[in-house]
Amino acid sequence: MPSFPHSLASPARFRRLSRRVLPWASALAAGLLGVGLVWALGFAPPDYQQGDTVRVMYIHVPAAWMAMLCYAVMAALSASFLVWKHQLADLAARASAPIGACFTAVALITGSLWGKPTWGAYWVWDARLTSVLALFFLYLGHMALAGAFDDRERGGRAAAILAVVGAVNLPIVKFSVDWWNTLHQPASVLRLDGPAIHGSMLWPLLTMAAGFAAFYVAVLLVRIDGESAARRVEVLTRRRAAGA
Amino acid sequence: MTRKRRRMAFLAAGLACFALAAALVLAALEDKVTFFYSPSDLAVEPVGPDARIRLGGLVVEGSVARTGDGLTTTFELTDGAASVPVSYTGVLPDLFREGQGIVAAGRLVGGAAGARVPDAVFMADEVLAKHDETYMPPEVAEALVEAGYWREDPPR
Repeated sequence: MPSFPHSLASPARFRRLSRRVLPWASALAAGLLGVGLVWALGFAPPDYQQGDTVRVMYIHVPAAWMAMLCYAVMAALSASFLVWKHQLADLAARASAPIGACFTAVALITGSLWGKPTWGAYWVWDARLTSVLALFFLYLGHMALAGAFDDRERGGRAAAILAVVGAVNLPIVKFSVDWWNTLHQPASVLRLDGPAIHGSMLWPLLTMAAGFAAFYVAVLLVRIDGESAARRVEVLTRRRAAGA
Repeated sequence: MTRKRRRMAFLAAGLACFALAAALVLAALEDKVTFFYSPSDLAVEPVGPDARIRLGGLVVEGSVARTGDGLTTTFELTDGAASVPVSYTGVLPDLFREGQGIVAAGRLVGGAAGARVPDAVFMADEVLAKHDETYMPPEVAEALVEAGYWREDPPR
Protein backbone atom coordinates (compact mmCIF):
# COMPACT_ATOMS: atom_id res chain seq x y z
CA MET A 1 0.00 0.00 0.00
CA PRO A 2 1.35 3.48 -0.75
CA SER A 3 2.03 5.39 2.43
CA PHE A 4 1.86 8.99 1.24
CA PRO A 5 -1.92 9.39 1.09
CA HIS A 6 -2.07 8.10 4.66
CA SER A 7 0.43 10.62 5.94
CA LEU A 8 -1.56 13.37 4.20
CA ALA A 9 -4.81 12.08 5.61
CA SER A 10 -4.36 13.89 8.88
CA PRO A 11 -6.40 17.09 8.45
CA ALA A 12 -4.06 19.16 10.60
CA ARG A 13 -0.99 18.11 8.64
CA PHE A 14 -2.79 18.68 5.35
CA ARG A 15 -3.86 22.17 6.45
CA ARG A 16 -0.28 23.09 7.29
CA LEU A 17 0.92 21.88 3.89
CA SER A 18 -1.95 23.55 2.08
CA ARG A 19 -1.30 26.93 3.77
CA ARG A 20 2.28 26.74 2.61
CA VAL A 21 1.54 25.70 -1.00
CA LEU A 22 -1.40 28.06 -1.65
CA PRO A 23 0.52 31.36 -2.07
CA TRP A 24 2.99 29.71 -4.44
CA ALA A 25 0.26 28.09 -6.54
CA SER A 26 -1.68 31.37 -6.71
CA ALA A 27 1.37 33.40 -7.73
CA LEU A 28 2.36 30.78 -10.30
CA ALA A 29 -1.17 30.72 -11.76
CA ALA A 30 -1.33 34.54 -12.02
CA GLY A 31 2.13 34.73 -13.58
CA LEU A 32 1.72 31.90 -16.08
CA LEU A 33 -1.80 32.89 -17.13
CA GLY A 34 -0.74 36.53 -17.51
CA VAL A 35 2.28 35.71 -19.65
CA GLY A 36 0.44 32.95 -21.51
CA LEU A 37 -2.55 35.13 -22.43
CA VAL A 38 -0.42 38.01 -23.74
CA TRP A 39 1.76 35.54 -25.65
CA ALA A 40 -1.16 33.55 -27.08
CA LEU A 41 -3.43 36.46 -27.97
CA GLY A 42 -0.81 39.06 -28.89
CA PHE A 43 2.35 37.41 -30.15
CA ALA A 44 1.62 33.85 -31.32
CA PRO A 45 1.20 33.67 -35.11
CA PRO A 46 -2.16 33.12 -36.82
CA ASP A 47 -2.74 29.66 -38.29
CA TYR A 48 -2.23 29.01 -42.01
CA GLN A 49 -5.82 27.80 -42.38
CA GLN A 50 -7.82 29.15 -39.46
CA GLY A 51 -6.23 32.61 -39.19
CA ASP A 52 -6.87 34.24 -35.82
CA THR A 53 -9.62 31.76 -34.92
CA VAL A 54 -6.78 29.48 -33.78
CA ARG A 55 -6.41 31.66 -30.65
CA VAL A 56 -9.50 29.98 -29.18
CA MET A 57 -7.27 26.90 -28.84
CA TYR A 58 -5.16 28.53 -26.11
CA ILE A 59 -8.20 28.49 -23.79
CA HIS A 60 -10.06 25.48 -25.19
CA VAL A 61 -7.27 22.88 -25.09
CA PRO A 62 -5.98 23.61 -21.54
CA ALA A 63 -9.59 23.68 -20.27
CA ALA A 64 -10.30 20.31 -21.91
CA TRP A 65 -7.09 18.80 -20.50
CA MET A 66 -7.94 20.04 -17.01
CA ALA A 67 -11.49 18.73 -17.34
CA MET A 68 -10.03 15.25 -17.85
CA LEU A 69 -7.23 15.58 -15.27
CA CYS A 70 -9.63 16.93 -12.66
CA TYR A 71 -11.95 13.96 -13.22
CA ALA A 72 -9.06 11.48 -12.95
CA VAL A 73 -8.03 13.08 -9.63
CA MET A 74 -11.63 13.03 -8.40
CA ALA A 75 -12.03 9.35 -9.33
CA ALA A 76 -8.77 8.40 -7.58
CA LEU A 77 -9.80 10.31 -4.45
CA SER A 78 -13.22 8.66 -4.54
CA ALA A 79 -11.68 5.19 -4.84
CA SER A 80 -9.42 5.87 -1.85
CA PHE A 81 -12.43 7.19 0.11
CA LEU A 82 -14.38 4.01 -0.64
CA VAL A 83 -11.48 1.74 0.33
CA TRP A 84 -9.76 3.53 3.22
CA LYS A 85 -12.61 5.86 4.35
CA HIS A 86 -10.32 8.87 4.50
CA GLN A 87 -12.48 11.89 5.26
CA LEU A 88 -9.96 14.12 3.51
CA ALA A 89 -10.40 12.18 0.25
CA ASP A 90 -14.15 12.77 0.46
CA LEU A 91 -13.63 16.49 1.09
CA ALA A 92 -11.17 16.78 -1.81
CA ALA A 93 -13.46 14.89 -4.21
CA ARG A 94 -16.38 17.17 -3.25
CA ALA A 95 -14.12 20.17 -3.71
CA SER A 96 -12.99 18.95 -7.16
CA ALA A 97 -16.37 18.44 -8.82
CA PRO A 98 -17.44 22.08 -9.35
CA ILE A 99 -13.95 23.02 -10.56
CA GLY A 100 -13.99 20.19 -13.10
CA ALA A 101 -17.52 21.10 -14.16
CA CYS A 102 -16.35 24.67 -14.84
CA PHE A 103 -13.34 23.49 -16.87
CA THR A 104 -15.64 21.22 -18.89
CA ALA A 105 -18.13 24.02 -19.48
CA VAL A 106 -15.34 26.33 -20.66
CA ALA A 107 -14.07 23.63 -23.03
CA LEU A 108 -17.57 23.03 -24.43
CA ILE A 109 -18.38 26.73 -24.87
CA THR A 110 -15.05 27.75 -26.42
CA GLY A 111 -15.13 24.66 -28.65
CA SER A 112 -18.58 25.63 -29.86
CA LEU A 113 -17.45 29.20 -30.60
CA TRP A 114 -14.50 27.78 -32.59
CA GLY A 115 -16.65 25.21 -34.36
CA LYS A 116 -18.97 27.76 -36.00
CA PRO A 117 -16.30 29.59 -38.06
CA THR A 118 -14.15 26.48 -38.65
CA TRP A 119 -16.61 23.64 -39.23
CA GLY A 120 -19.73 25.64 -39.95
CA ALA A 121 -21.67 24.36 -36.92
CA TYR A 122 -21.78 25.24 -33.22
CA TRP A 123 -22.52 21.67 -32.23
CA VAL A 124 -22.50 18.21 -33.81
CA TRP A 125 -23.26 14.90 -32.13
CA ASP A 126 -19.95 13.23 -32.88
CA ALA A 127 -18.27 10.86 -30.41
CA ARG A 128 -15.81 13.42 -28.97
CA LEU A 129 -18.34 16.18 -28.33
CA THR A 130 -20.95 13.78 -26.96
CA SER A 131 -18.53 12.05 -24.58
CA VAL A 132 -17.33 15.42 -23.23
CA LEU A 133 -20.95 16.43 -22.67
CA ALA A 134 -21.35 13.16 -20.73
CA LEU A 135 -18.29 14.15 -18.67
CA PHE A 136 -20.01 17.45 -17.83
CA PHE A 137 -23.14 15.61 -16.68
CA LEU A 138 -21.02 13.21 -14.59
CA TYR A 139 -19.64 16.24 -12.72
CA LEU A 140 -23.15 17.65 -12.22
CA GLY A 141 -24.38 14.22 -11.08
CA HIS A 142 -21.53 13.99 -8.58
CA MET A 143 -22.39 17.40 -7.12
CA ALA A 144 -26.09 16.51 -6.88
CA LEU A 145 -25.50 13.08 -5.29
CA ALA A 146 -22.95 14.36 -2.77
CA GLY A 147 -25.55 16.74 -1.37
CA ALA A 148 -28.63 14.59 -1.84
CA PHE A 149 -28.60 12.73 1.51
CA ASP A 150 -29.24 14.01 5.03
CA ASP A 151 -26.43 11.73 6.12
CA ARG A 152 -23.28 13.31 4.74
CA GLU A 153 -21.39 10.00 4.78
CA ARG A 154 -23.98 8.27 2.59
CA GLY A 155 -23.98 11.12 0.10
CA GLY A 156 -20.21 11.00 -0.09
CA ARG A 157 -20.27 7.26 -0.70
CA ALA A 158 -22.92 7.44 -3.45
CA ALA A 159 -21.05 10.26 -5.19
CA ALA A 160 -17.77 8.38 -4.89
CA ILE A 161 -19.25 5.29 -6.58
CA LEU A 162 -20.53 7.48 -9.43
CA ALA A 163 -17.10 9.10 -9.79
CA VAL A 164 -15.29 5.74 -9.96
CA VAL A 165 -17.77 4.21 -12.40
CA GLY A 166 -17.73 7.35 -14.54
CA ALA A 167 -13.96 7.05 -14.96
CA VAL A 168 -14.76 4.59 -17.76
CA ASN A 169 -15.68 7.70 -19.79
CA LEU A 170 -12.12 9.13 -19.65
CA PRO A 171 -10.50 6.77 -22.20
CA ILE A 172 -13.63 7.16 -24.34
CA VAL A 173 -13.17 10.95 -24.40
CA LYS A 174 -9.45 10.66 -25.12
CA PHE A 175 -9.59 7.99 -27.83
CA SER A 176 -13.00 8.79 -29.38
CA VAL A 177 -11.22 10.67 -32.17
CA ASP A 178 -9.09 7.61 -33.00
CA TRP A 179 -11.72 4.88 -32.59
CA TRP A 180 -14.44 6.46 -34.71
CA ASN A 181 -14.82 8.91 -37.57
CA THR A 182 -15.46 12.19 -35.77
CA LEU A 183 -15.72 15.76 -36.97
CA HIS A 184 -13.37 16.74 -34.14
CA GLN A 185 -9.73 16.45 -35.21
CA PRO A 186 -7.39 13.90 -33.53
CA ALA A 187 -4.88 14.94 -30.87
CA SER A 188 -2.27 17.54 -31.89
CA VAL A 189 -0.02 17.48 -28.84
CA LEU A 190 -0.48 14.25 -26.86
CA ARG A 191 0.25 11.74 -29.61
CA LEU A 192 2.86 9.08 -30.21
CA ASP A 193 4.76 10.65 -33.13
CA GLY A 194 5.30 14.07 -31.57
CA PRO A 195 3.19 17.23 -31.64
CA ALA A 196 1.65 18.25 -34.99
CA ILE A 197 1.71 21.85 -33.91
CA HIS A 198 4.43 24.37 -34.66
CA GLY A 199 6.69 25.43 -31.76
CA SER A 200 5.59 29.08 -32.03
CA MET A 201 2.08 27.89 -31.06
CA LEU A 202 3.02 24.94 -28.85
CA TRP A 203 4.96 26.96 -26.26
CA PRO A 204 2.25 29.54 -25.50
CA LEU A 205 -0.21 26.62 -25.36
CA LEU A 206 1.94 24.76 -22.81
CA THR A 207 2.36 27.97 -20.79
CA MET A 208 -1.41 28.36 -20.65
CA ALA A 209 -1.79 24.70 -19.69
CA ALA A 210 0.71 25.10 -16.83
CA GLY A 211 -1.19 28.24 -15.74
CA PHE A 212 -4.49 26.32 -15.77
CA ALA A 213 -2.90 23.54 -13.69
CA ALA A 214 -1.54 25.99 -11.09
CA PHE A 215 -4.95 27.70 -11.00
CA TYR A 216 -6.58 24.31 -10.41
CA VAL A 217 -4.25 23.53 -7.48
CA ALA A 218 -4.88 26.94 -5.88
CA VAL A 219 -8.68 26.76 -6.23
CA LEU A 220 -8.73 23.14 -5.07
CA LEU A 221 -6.81 23.97 -1.87
CA VAL A 222 -9.16 26.87 -1.07
CA ARG A 223 -12.21 24.72 -1.77
CA ILE A 224 -10.94 21.82 0.38
CA ASP A 225 -10.55 24.30 3.24
CA GLY A 226 -14.11 25.46 2.66
CA GLU A 227 -15.51 21.92 2.49
CA SER A 228 -13.68 21.02 5.68
CA ALA A 229 -15.11 24.06 7.48
CA ALA A 230 -18.60 23.21 6.23
CA ARG A 231 -18.21 19.68 7.57
CA ARG A 232 -17.09 20.93 10.99
CA VAL A 233 -20.08 23.26 11.17
CA GLU A 234 -22.38 20.37 10.34
CA VAL A 235 -20.85 18.10 13.00
CA LEU A 236 -21.04 20.83 15.66
CA THR A 237 -24.63 21.70 14.79
CA ARG A 238 -25.65 18.07 15.09
CA ARG A 239 -23.79 17.67 18.38
CA ARG A 240 -25.54 20.75 19.82
CA ALA A 241 -28.94 19.53 18.62
CA ALA A 242 -28.27 16.17 20.27
CA GLY A 243 -27.16 17.83 23.52
CA ALA A 244 -30.13 20.23 23.76
CA MET B 1 -8.65 -10.79 3.98
CA THR B 2 -9.08 -7.53 5.81
CA ARG B 3 -12.15 -5.34 5.28
CA LYS B 4 -10.05 -2.81 3.39
CA ARG B 5 -8.69 -5.49 1.11
CA ARG B 6 -12.21 -6.75 0.50
CA ARG B 7 -13.52 -3.29 -0.32
CA MET B 8 -10.62 -2.73 -2.70
CA ALA B 9 -11.17 -6.06 -4.45
CA PHE B 10 -14.90 -5.36 -4.67
CA LEU B 11 -14.27 -1.92 -6.18
CA ALA B 12 -11.72 -3.24 -8.67
CA ALA B 13 -13.98 -6.12 -9.73
CA GLY B 14 -16.97 -3.80 -10.08
CA LEU B 15 -15.04 -1.33 -12.17
CA ALA B 16 -13.61 -4.09 -14.36
CA CYS B 17 -17.11 -5.48 -15.00
CA PHE B 18 -18.46 -2.04 -15.82
CA ALA B 19 -15.56 -1.25 -18.14
CA LEU B 20 -16.09 -4.56 -19.91
CA ALA B 21 -19.80 -3.81 -20.30
CA ALA B 22 -19.03 -0.35 -21.68
CA ALA B 23 -16.46 -1.80 -24.08
CA LEU B 24 -18.99 -4.38 -25.36
CA VAL B 25 -21.68 -1.73 -25.84
CA LEU B 26 -19.28 0.54 -27.71
CA ALA B 27 -18.01 -2.32 -29.87
CA ALA B 28 -21.61 -3.24 -30.72
CA LEU B 29 -22.42 0.38 -31.53
CA GLU B 30 -19.31 0.82 -33.64
CA ASP B 31 -21.05 1.74 -36.89
CA LYS B 32 -23.66 3.91 -35.24
CA VAL B 33 -21.18 5.97 -33.23
CA THR B 34 -19.33 6.89 -36.40
CA PHE B 35 -20.10 10.47 -37.35
CA PHE B 36 -19.79 9.92 -41.09
CA TYR B 37 -19.41 7.22 -43.72
CA SER B 38 -16.63 7.22 -46.28
CA PRO B 39 -17.23 6.80 -50.02
CA SER B 40 -15.80 3.25 -49.76
CA ASP B 41 -18.37 2.38 -47.07
CA LEU B 42 -21.13 3.34 -49.52
CA ALA B 43 -19.68 1.06 -52.17
CA VAL B 44 -19.64 -1.86 -49.73
CA GLU B 45 -23.07 -1.43 -48.17
CA PRO B 46 -25.49 0.64 -50.28
CA VAL B 47 -27.92 2.88 -48.41
CA GLY B 48 -31.53 3.42 -49.37
CA PRO B 49 -32.45 6.56 -51.34
CA ASP B 50 -34.38 8.05 -48.40
CA ALA B 51 -31.79 7.49 -45.71
CA ARG B 52 -30.16 10.72 -44.56
CA ILE B 53 -26.48 10.04 -43.95
CA ARG B 54 -23.26 11.94 -43.49
CA LEU B 55 -20.48 11.39 -45.99
CA GLY B 56 -16.90 12.39 -45.20
CA GLY B 57 -13.81 12.63 -47.36
CA LEU B 58 -11.44 14.92 -49.22
CA VAL B 59 -12.62 17.30 -51.93
CA VAL B 60 -10.96 16.09 -55.14
CA GLU B 61 -8.54 18.63 -56.64
CA GLY B 62 -9.99 20.33 -59.71
CA SER B 63 -13.49 18.92 -59.24
CA VAL B 64 -15.19 21.95 -57.70
CA ALA B 65 -17.63 23.69 -60.06
CA ARG B 66 -20.38 26.22 -59.52
CA THR B 67 -23.58 26.08 -61.53
CA GLY B 68 -25.32 29.00 -63.24
CA ASP B 69 -27.22 30.37 -60.25
CA GLY B 70 -23.93 30.71 -58.34
CA LEU B 71 -25.38 29.01 -55.27
CA THR B 72 -25.04 25.37 -56.16
CA THR B 73 -21.61 23.80 -55.93
CA THR B 74 -20.71 20.39 -57.25
CA PHE B 75 -17.58 18.48 -56.39
CA GLU B 76 -16.20 14.96 -55.97
CA LEU B 77 -15.59 13.54 -52.51
CA THR B 78 -12.94 10.85 -52.19
CA ASP B 79 -11.26 8.72 -49.55
CA GLY B 80 -8.56 7.55 -51.93
CA ALA B 81 -10.30 4.28 -52.82
CA ALA B 82 -13.72 5.46 -54.02
CA SER B 83 -15.31 8.78 -54.83
CA VAL B 84 -18.85 10.16 -54.94
CA PRO B 85 -20.17 13.23 -56.79
CA VAL B 86 -21.76 15.73 -54.41
CA SER B 87 -24.10 18.62 -55.11
CA TYR B 88 -24.77 21.31 -52.50
CA THR B 89 -26.83 24.49 -52.58
CA GLY B 90 -25.95 27.04 -49.93
CA VAL B 91 -23.12 28.83 -48.21
CA LEU B 92 -19.92 26.80 -47.77
CA PRO B 93 -17.74 27.09 -44.65
CA ASP B 94 -14.57 29.22 -44.91
CA LEU B 95 -12.29 26.20 -44.80
CA PHE B 96 -13.96 24.54 -47.80
CA ARG B 97 -11.42 24.18 -50.60
CA GLU B 98 -9.97 21.55 -52.90
CA GLY B 99 -8.02 18.92 -51.02
CA GLN B 100 -9.80 19.81 -47.76
CA GLY B 101 -11.52 17.20 -45.60
CA ILE B 102 -15.24 17.84 -45.30
CA VAL B 103 -18.37 16.12 -44.02
CA ALA B 104 -21.56 16.47 -46.06
CA ALA B 105 -25.01 15.49 -44.80
CA GLY B 106 -27.77 14.57 -47.22
CA ARG B 107 -29.23 11.82 -49.38
CA LEU B 108 -27.90 9.64 -52.15
CA VAL B 109 -30.11 10.32 -55.19
CA GLY B 110 -30.32 8.64 -58.58
CA GLY B 111 -29.06 5.32 -59.82
CA ALA B 112 -31.08 2.14 -59.47
CA ALA B 113 -32.02 0.94 -55.99
CA GLY B 114 -28.97 -0.55 -54.35
CA ALA B 115 -26.89 0.74 -57.21
CA ARG B 116 -23.22 1.22 -56.82
CA VAL B 117 -21.94 4.66 -56.10
CA PRO B 118 -20.87 5.97 -59.55
CA ASP B 119 -24.48 6.16 -60.78
CA ALA B 120 -25.72 8.25 -57.90
CA VAL B 121 -25.27 11.86 -56.81
CA PHE B 122 -25.10 12.79 -53.16
CA MET B 123 -27.47 15.73 -52.63
CA ALA B 124 -26.07 17.47 -49.57
CA ASP B 125 -28.13 19.84 -47.43
CA GLU B 126 -25.30 20.60 -45.02
CA VAL B 127 -21.54 20.82 -45.52
CA LEU B 128 -19.13 20.95 -42.57
CA ALA B 129 -15.39 21.50 -42.96
CA LYS B 130 -13.23 19.03 -41.06
CA HIS B 131 -10.14 20.59 -39.57
CA ASP B 132 -7.05 18.42 -39.22
CA GLU B 133 -4.66 18.33 -36.28
CA THR B 134 -1.88 20.37 -37.94
CA TYR B 135 -1.32 23.88 -36.65
CA MET B 136 1.35 26.20 -38.05
CA PRO B 137 1.96 29.81 -39.02
CA PRO B 138 1.41 30.80 -42.71
CA GLU B 139 5.13 31.40 -43.30
CA VAL B 140 5.96 27.85 -42.22
CA ALA B 141 3.27 26.43 -44.51
CA GLU B 142 4.70 28.45 -47.44
CA ALA B 143 8.22 27.31 -46.65
CA LEU B 144 7.08 23.67 -46.57
CA VAL B 145 5.38 24.00 -49.94
CA GLU B 146 8.44 25.72 -51.46
CA ALA B 147 10.75 23.04 -50.10
CA GLY B 148 8.54 20.42 -51.73
CA TYR B 149 7.68 18.69 -48.45
CA TRP B 150 4.02 19.39 -48.88
CA ARG B 151 1.75 19.20 -51.85
CA GLU B 152 -1.03 21.51 -50.82
CA ASP B 153 -1.70 24.87 -52.47
CA PRO B 154 -0.11 27.82 -50.70
CA PRO B 155 -2.58 29.37 -48.26
CA ARG B 156 -4.59 32.36 -49.36
